[in-house]
Amino acid sequence: MFISTEDLFKIYKLGDFEINALRGINLFIEKSEFVAIMGPSGSGKSTLMHILGCLDRPTRGRYLLDGEDISLLDRNSLARIRNSKIGFVFQSFNLLSRTTALENVELPLLYNGNSSKDNIEKAKRALSLVGLEGRENSYPNQLSGGQQQRVAIARALINNPAIILADEPTGNLDTRTSVEVMDIFQYLNKSGITIILITHEKDIASYAKRNITFRDGKIIKDEIVPNPKIAKEELLTLPVTDVKETI
Amino acid sequence: MRYLQILRVAYKALSRNKMRSSLTMLGIIIGVGAVIAMVGIGQGAKKMVDTQIASLGDNLLTIFPGSQFHGGVRSGAGTMTTLTEEDAKAIKENCSAVLRVSPVVRTGAQVVAGNLNWGTRIEGYSPDFVSIRSWSLASGTFFTDQDVRGATKVCVLGKTVVDNLFPGQSPVGEIIRINKLPFRVIGTLTPKGQNAFGHDQDDLIIVPYTTAQKKIMGITFINSIIASATDRKQINLAEEQITQLLRQRHKTPPGEEDDFRVRSQLDIASVAGSTSGVMTILLGAIASVSLIVGGIGIMNIMLVSVTERTREIGIRMAVGAKSKDILTQFLIESMVLSLFGGIVGIILGILSSQLISILLHWPIFTSVPAVALSFFFAGFVGVFFGFYPARKASNLDPIEALRYE
Ligand SMILES: Nc1ncnc2c1ncn2[C@@H]1O[C@H](COP(=O)(O)OP(=O)(O)O)[C@@H](O)[C@H]1O
Ligand SMILES: [Mg+2]
Repeated sequence: MFISTEDLFKIYKLGDFEINALRGINLFIEKSEFVAIMGPSGSGKSTLMHILGCLDRPTRGRYLLDGEDISLLDRNSLARIRNSKIGFVFQSFNLLSRTTALENVELPLLYNGNSSKDNIEKAKRALSLVGLEGRENSYPNQLSGGQQQRVAIARALINNPAIILADEPTGNLDTRTSVEVMDIFQYLNKSGITIILITHEKDIASYAKRNITFRDGKIIKDEIVPNPKIAKEELLTLPVTDVKETI
Repeated sequence: MRYLQILRVAYKALSRNKMRSSLTMLGIIIGVGAVIAMVGIGQGAKKMVDTQIASLGDNLLTIFPGSQFHGGVRSGAGTMTTLTEEDAKAIKENCSAVLRVSPVVRTGAQVVAGNLNWGTRIEGYSPDFVSIRSWSLASGTFFTDQDVRGATKVCVLGKTVVDNLFPGQSPVGEIIRINKLPFRVIGTLTPKGQNAFGHDQDDLIIVPYTTAQKKIMGITFINSIIASATDRKQINLAEEQITQLLRQRHKTPPGEEDDFRVRSQLDIASVAGSTSGVMTILLGAIASVSLIVGGIGIMNIMLVSVTERTREIGIRMAVGAKSKDILTQFLIESMVLSLFGGIVGIILGILSSQLISILLHWPIFTSVPAVALSFFFAGFVGVFFGFYPARKASNLDPIEALRYE
């Protein structure tokens, strides 16, 4: 599964006023890449991610996912692609409150039309993969920020997506928890999942294999990271804190 | 998405705001409850009237005096004295479809037995009364044609009169005084209870009509005539024959109105039928109004719910929920609201109709079609009024929904 965009534009109209959130993005991302997108606030990173994640459509230009032109698809087909090929991780976690961790992780399975006999088993496995064994029945407000983000990652994983899109996933987490999340992403990337991660922290971006920098809706830099940091090793150097992560 | 899971989500969402959900259901509960209760009560009343009509004798005909011309002035129906004993006799002799006939003379009187006294109705009939009204005796005998000819002072007592004048003893053979005249009690009637209007049918004394005319009231006319047809199917024929005969006897010129009215139980039953028809329309109107109001309440709350849960909708869409999934979810939520309200309404309706029936001594009746219909109508209201909010939810833009605070 590869991603390719051709001269992508996104223009928001606010009355007479136009905002060019994206102005001609040409991008090619291979299968199993680990890309960090950086850039100042308002430079169009989230806008691009929404388009890549089939949540939104470009105003102009083409977006090809595995060669298929997404801008030609209807709402239902986009929903199907989001469900089966893409996993989202957001800065604000976006978990359903008053819904257990397990049920949150199960959510995408409800919409994939398959029998749900082993939904619970699958969800439990995804939770243990992100290190949350035993927290299945906790509600989001009973979990720390890092734990909530891991529930969100488990949810993103549940349908075996080809791509995980993460919009500032560590924005609300402390250093150690952030590195733990990067550890999970590196693990997933190794298993063949493409990871596209938005961050404005240089340090976090250095865990990715490729860094892209945005400014004013354009790509101004696109470089391979020579020696990406390895989260597992970094964790050994970071002190283990008993203090709960701030939310 | 499987329906069981949608139901669970719906249940969770609704039980999160228990107070709000129950208040929303109130409209439906009241609507459905009112319909079930009123249909139950109405049907009970109708059954009551039916049994009452049957208990009067189902081939009973009543002939009332009608209006009469006096130099162009028409007096009110039933007030005149156009019927006579001879009319009754002529009907019995000449109308082939008529089996039995009895004149009716009515008055009221104070009755004394020993040191007890009681005000009651005095009704005069011929011995045919027993078979026309299919009213049997509890004890003793009824008077005979001979008593009628001789205007003898004998009487038959209704249950209420017995209870008040002869508490705990048999009155047969005893003497009572009606307007100070001594009458011998020769029998008592089986009790019939109250009629549909709460009237005590057993509060009466029956005497030969001649006795009532001559000894008690001092009149020569009769108040009305009751008759029975040879057969239920002959009622219309009997009605025709009586009309023809009486017009002839009263020398009514062709084209002029009858000076009497013939009424059969069928007429009364059809009046009762049309009354219940009006009732049904009225109930339908009440039901529709309250269900519409309840439906608007549901729509209102569902709109609030969609707004409150915009972010949830966004999250669901982001992980792959299609518009149809969101639509189904919210439709099911509004249906759960309305159907649950419907069920509670049905239960309350049945309970209150039974309570009222018990208090009014009516037969208890629960209309199965009304219950089924209200249930489906409640479900329909849920779908109908839930559709707009559900559609609104399903048409949300995923990004804007996710951004919603
Ligand atoms: N729905 C919208 N309507 C109008 N303008 C928008 C909308 N979404 C984003 N924008 C604008 O587009 C630009 C890019 O936004 P965004 O992609 O969120 O930036 P970033 O994620 O890099 O901070 C910003 O100027 C933002 O204000
Ligand atoms: Mg952003």
